[in-house]
Amino acid sequence: MPESQIPLLDMYRTMLTIRRFEERCNYLFMQGRIPSTLHLYIGQEAVAVGVCAHLRKDDYMLSTHRPHGHAIAKGVSLRSIMAELHAKATGCCKGKGGSMHVGDMSVGMLPAIAIVGANIPVAAGLALAAKRLGTDRVAVAFFGDGAANEGAFHEGLNMAAIWNLPVVYVCENNFYGASTHFSKVFKIANIADRTEAYGMPGMVVDGMDVEAVYQAAGEAIARARRGEGPTLIECKTYRFVGHSRSDPRTYRSREEEAEWQARDPIPHTAQRLIALGLTNAAALADIEREVEAAIDDAVAFAESSPLPEPTDTLKHVFYEA
Amino acid sequence: MALMTIAEALRQAIREEMRRDPRVFCIGEDIGIPGGWGGAFTVTLGLADEFGHERILDTPISELGFTGVAVGAAIGGLRPIVDVQYGDFLFLAMDQLVNEAAKMTYMSGGTIRVPLVMRAPVGATRRGAQHAQSLEAFFTHVPGLKVIAPSTAYDAKGLLKSAIRDDNPVIVFEHKLLYGSKGPRKEQGAISAVGEVPDEEYLVPLGKGVIRREGRDVTIVGKLLTVYRALEAAERLAQDGIEAEVIDPRTLVPLDKGLILDSVRKTGRLVVVEEDNLTGGWAGDIAAIVAEEAFYWLDAPIKRVSAPDTPPPFAPVMEDFYVPSVERVVQAVKSLF
Repeated sequence: MPESQIPLLDMYRTMLTIRRFEERCNYLFMQGRIPSTLHLYIGQEAVAVGVCAHLRKDDYMLSTHRPHGHAIAKGVSLRSIMAELHAKATGCCKGKGGSMHVGDMSVGMLPAIAIVGANIPVAAGLALAAKRLGTDRVAVAFFGDGAANEGAFHEGLNMAAIWNLPVVYVCENNFYGASTHFSKVFKIANIADRTEAYGMPGMVVDGMDVEAVYQAAGEAIARARRGEGPTLIECKTYRFVGHSRSDPRTYRSREEEAEWQARDPIPHTAQRLIALGLTNAAALADIEREVEAAIDDAVAFAESSPLPEPTDTLKHVFYEA
Repeated sequence: MALMTIAEALRQAIREEMRRDPRVFCIGEDIGIPGGWGGAFTVTLGLADEFGHERILDTPISELGFTGVAVGAAIGGLRPIVDVQYGDFLFLAMDQLVNEAAKMTYMSGGTIRVPLVMRAPVGATRRGAQHAQSLEAFFTHVPGLKVIAPSTAYDAKGLLKSAIRDDNPVIVFEHKLLYGSKGPRKEQGAISAVGEVPDEEYLVPLGKGVIRREGRDVTIVGKLLTVYRALEAAERLAQDGIEAEVIDPRTLVPLDKGLILDSVRKTGRLVVVEEDNLTGGWAGDIAAIVAEEAFYWLDAPIKRVSAPDTPPPFAPVMEDFYVPSVERVVQAVKSLF
């Protein structure tokens, strides 16, 4: 794809929004203004953004216990995510989800599924429905390296392949399942190598390079939309922060972290934009201000929103038309 | 009006709903393979001839996976009827049923619907420990799941049709000895649950139980096979002058509490009979409801007649000991007088 067709500036803005949003979440969490835990996506933004740039509002996207980045990239409003993190009635799940279950079906994102690997067969089912109902919708499921050792991965990929379903699996290999390193639980170099066993194309992509992710996802999503079946894209990436907010990261070296941080997709994309003549320092500063303002607005909305009623606990156990 | 078995009634329910709504489809193991059985107990036999293999979708042996596919398909606008050959295999699918199917509506703040039907055969039938368990209590415990347990052909058809039209996940427990499956899938020791099924369309609403036999002296609550055990016990008790009222809740979630409570308020005695094992079982829950809400009408302690706290055994002499017998029900009732 020619560089001129890649929406690099839009993707930069979305990556920056995710980064600043989560930095703010972390700050609010440390202040005790957000309850619960947080699994931050900082470092992995290029994956969500490079993939979701190809998705329509009516395409399905399924996420994990680390869903804020995916949600923002799919178009869930900052206000409704921030309100959900604040456990407010105006949150995208009305306070029933929290950080690990943000989602909004009006923009095609299921409440994130925080059971590792469980979204893999569900994505195949959404793809089956899209196909059977005669639409050209696709389903995309994000998951981590750890999910590839779940039975649901094997069962889900196999069924997606045998039924030729319009689903794209995006494995974000950040090399750690909580504290366990990839090399301890995989005998192979690439998770994508497993796709051969299912009769499905697999791709390995630099997950720190939003353009590379965008190119790979574009091919896979177009294939799915044409009815040519599923693909798995493995994006090698890294979370710059701990697994969750209580993780001191004592299982990995600061040197390893520094190597990955040197490849931070956000400053790299800024440099690329300037090198390509698509923006300049002043315009980037404007984006930074606009992003901060949008997050300020989301926080103000969340903080001024009402709490749910305690008895709202009893609502929505069953669906009511 | 036609006479049919439960297997035939379930098949007719599926056929009618698939004709009525193109979004309805079946998914499971060995359900539509040409020359196959039509599911382990013949319920889907022949349906692929009418609806094709896209709507009678045979799967790999991947219970977790195809249950997850069904969850996704339901969220995406289809209405799957999932078939696991034996209820015991539901344990393989537990994550998808409990964490995904049952919680997705709640986690989404009421915006997502999961119209999924899971059909699961239960009951000890000379197959040993892993193809025999009665699992109802595992699922009545899960908020977000509805649970039905039809014991007659009429109810099987009417309840399944209601379940297919429901916008929530519904688990259907079917008893292997009640199916009336024919040919090589006929079950040894089966009870004939052949019954009249109207020719015209009807639904049995979820959440409404029935009184199978009226009586003034004791209330016996059963489900699936134990409804029949309770009815036989009631006939024997009548010879001794004890008139038992036999209640079949038909739906376990939502439960028709009022029917049971009204009966106990009339009779003053309660025996709950189930094939599941005792501890943490469904019978204990019924006993607790009655103890909380109708204690002052009770003239005697509540009795549970359940399987013992063991896995289902194989040897027929042990299995006959394990499954609550008519005699055990009779003795339990007599102990209250």
